[in-house]
Amino acid sequence: MAKMTYIKAITSGLDQVLNDDPKTLIFGEDVGKNGGVFRTTIGLQDKYGEDRVFDTPLAESGILGLAIGLSLTGWRPIPEIQFMGFTFEAMDGIVGQLARDHYRFGGQKNFPVTVRTPFGGGTHTAEMHADNLENYFTSTPGLRVVTPANPYDAKGLIISAVESDDPVLFMENLKLYRSMKDEVPDEKYTVPLDSAKVVREGSDITIVAYSAEVNESLTAADALAKDNISAEVIDLRSLSPIDTDTIFASIDKTHKVVVVQEAQRMAGVGAVVASDIAEEKIMSLDAPIGRVAAPDSIYPFAQAENDWIPNADDIEAKAREIANY
Amino acid sequence: MKENGFHTFKIAKADNHKRYQRFRVKPLFTSMKGLATVVKKWYFRGVVRKRNVNSLYVNNFISSERKVLLMANGSKQIVDFAKIKATMADPYKHPVQVIDREGKVVDPDTLAKYSDDQLVDFMKKMVWERTLHEQTMNFSRQGRLGFYAPTAGEEASEMGSVTAFKQQDFLLPAYRDLPQMIQHGTTVAKGFLWSKGHVEGNQHENPNMLFPQIIIGAQYVETAGVALGIKKNGDEDRVAFVYTGDGGTSQGDWYEGVNFTSAFQAPAVFFVQNNGWAISVPRYKQTGAETLAQKAVAMGVPSVQVDGMDIVAVHEVSKAARDFAAAGNGPVVIETLTYRYGAHSSAGDDPSRYRTKEEEKPWFDADPLIRMRKVLTDKGVWSQDQEDKLVDEYKDEFKQAMKEAEAAPAQKVSDFLKWTYNVPTPAVKKQIAEFEAKESK
Repeated sequence: MAKMTYIKAITSGLDQVLNDDPKTLIFGEDVGKNGGVFRTTIGLQDKYGEDRVFDTPLAESGILGLAIGLSLTGWRPIPEIQFMGFTFEAMDGIVGQLARDHYRFGGQKNFPVTVRTPFGGGTHTAEMHADNLENYFTSTPGLRVVTPANPYDAKGLIISAVESDDPVLFMENLKLYRSMKDEVPDEKYTVPLDSAKVVREGSDITIVAYSAEVNESLTAADALAKDNISAEVIDLRSLSPIDTDTIFASIDKTHKVVVVQEAQRMAGVGAVVASDIAEEKIMSLDAPIGRVAAPDSIYPFAQAENDWIPNADDIEAKAREIANY
Repeated sequence: MKENGFHTFKIAKADNHKRYQRFRVKPLFTSMKGLATVVKKWYFRGVVRKRNVNSLYVNNFISSERKVLLMANGSKQIVDFAKIKATMADPYKHPVQVIDREGKVVDPDTLAKYSDDQLVDFMKKMVWERTLHEQTMNFSRQGRLGFYAPTAGEEASEMGSVTAFKQQDFLLPAYRDLPQMIQHGTTVAKGFLWSKGHVEGNQHENPNMLFPQIIIGAQYVETAGVALGIKKNGDEDRVAFVYTGDGGTSQGDWYEGVNFTSAFQAPAVFFVQNNGWAISVPRYKQTGAETLAQKAVAMGVPSVQVDGMDIVAVHEVSKAARDFAAAGNGPVVIETLTYRYGAHSSAGDDPSRYRTKEEEKPWFDADPLIRMRKVLTDKGVWSQDQEDKLVDEYKDEFKQAMKEAEAAPAQKVSDFLKWTYNVPTPAVKKQIAEFEAKESK
């Protein structure tokens, strides 16, 4: 057990899967000698060789084509798309092909591809580098979408994603890469691909969040506790599918809920969670479902992002409003 | 030796093109051995140097291009863009031909390599494909097929190429390539099932093929992955081969696919069946390039144009390309010049809206079956009687296949749901149960 950053935990998980399964391959732009632009794959080419960890030409659609073709010939590809904004260039590969191929083969062939990609705001990057684009992918049947909020889950989830025979989009939060440390076991462990986790227990209100917003929600919960509002915080971890059982169980206890996302409000994951709650648990609720989300502009790269990204204060205010309803 | 603007193998070998001379590239890779020799020469001169057989990349291009720049000391050059533009297609615009449109053998040496049995087999396959086309058009009119792309006119291009590959080669077809799939190891009934939107139409006896790709170009990037996978597996004597049309060469994925495969020097043969039309858009509107074959040079990939109405020429070039790629020399691009006699698809396209009878006629006259029929009849190994009997046999075969396809139980929503994931999600599990309950009523 060692204290590890989120990014180190991902590297450790990748190291584990490369070590355990000789058919795993890591490839993408700059992932080789450079270890990725964030150093997520650092040291892996040295350790496993250029045959297993390699740079590709600079073209995202080509990277996804490579991944699909490699799975057709028995490999377990782990392509990296350097920034999530670049997944638009690979949209046919991920959505039009990869996610549908298991169906097209009548279930006879698996496409065990894990597409890793960094996303998320707050680090003052250029345009198309920080966007929360998960809703494009969570509306894609055949694809699993996961995103860890802490180093422990980061390692366990990346291992589960690679071992899964379904294609997985693994979203890594840029701001979390180096901003937090956790105890992370050295040995192999997995975190299930389709389960949310109660990260703080409470009895008055449920806050559902994912990725960087989980930490913001925990900060908000601390503030609410000072006023004797006991908030339960749930980390979704999986955005497709959504573990509604964990959410519903919490609502049965608290009868109030706020759903939080960093992405724009429109057609987002939070909207899906809110509608699932409305459909199944409306009679258990003592207040309207609260939502916290970014406004519906394009991502305000660099200059205005701190005002745009929902933070602990926004969550606290909304939770207080719902709790006192 | 120039026949109707076509070059024979011999001519091509003798023909040197000055612009490319300094690289010692022959204009056409009509002789694959010749090309392999050139590549070897490059290798020993350090132009192409692989660290080892399994090395992923061609390593020394960057340093050699930089070296040229560093060594240049004041040599004067006049850049004549007009001349470059006027001559850049020269190495590519002489399609390889063995039998010309009149049925005259223009390259007897190459033809002599083929036994009468082989030539008769080529002819049978073309008659088979033409009959398949006619029968599927009937089925379409009767509403018994779904989306189907007519293939008449492309028999030489399709049968000449697919027969150059082995069972272990991996085929990535597009929607006009059902005939090649059937030749590569599936049944006509499966082809019909695919057209009817049935998932069983994607499950083939020979596992070395994908389903017909609908997204033009996607099969090209996937070919890069299959070819790299073959290389990484160390599979001997195995390549990936893929088809698209003239319109397909305009897709970004076309370039990405060929370029990735070249960067990894992986074994693949890329076919462009240039049938002149992308639905209603003529070939000349796709690009300012004079040939589509020449597009490959930018990726460091050898390429050639071939008379796509001449099955022997197509087969000869395809076989040479396969041998070249399988020997570890990287990919090849082949442009077959062919013609789509009919509509783009069975779904209501009408070619009379965008092309004239005058345009069509010379291509109908260049028909691949007519010229082969003449060669074989001259040899005394083919007769109209024989052909008529074959057509009847094939028709029966296709009718039987349609019965088989129609007997397959219809696709259910629950089938779609079951195969969407390997491990169905809780929501999907619930939906499977819901639909199964409805479907059992």
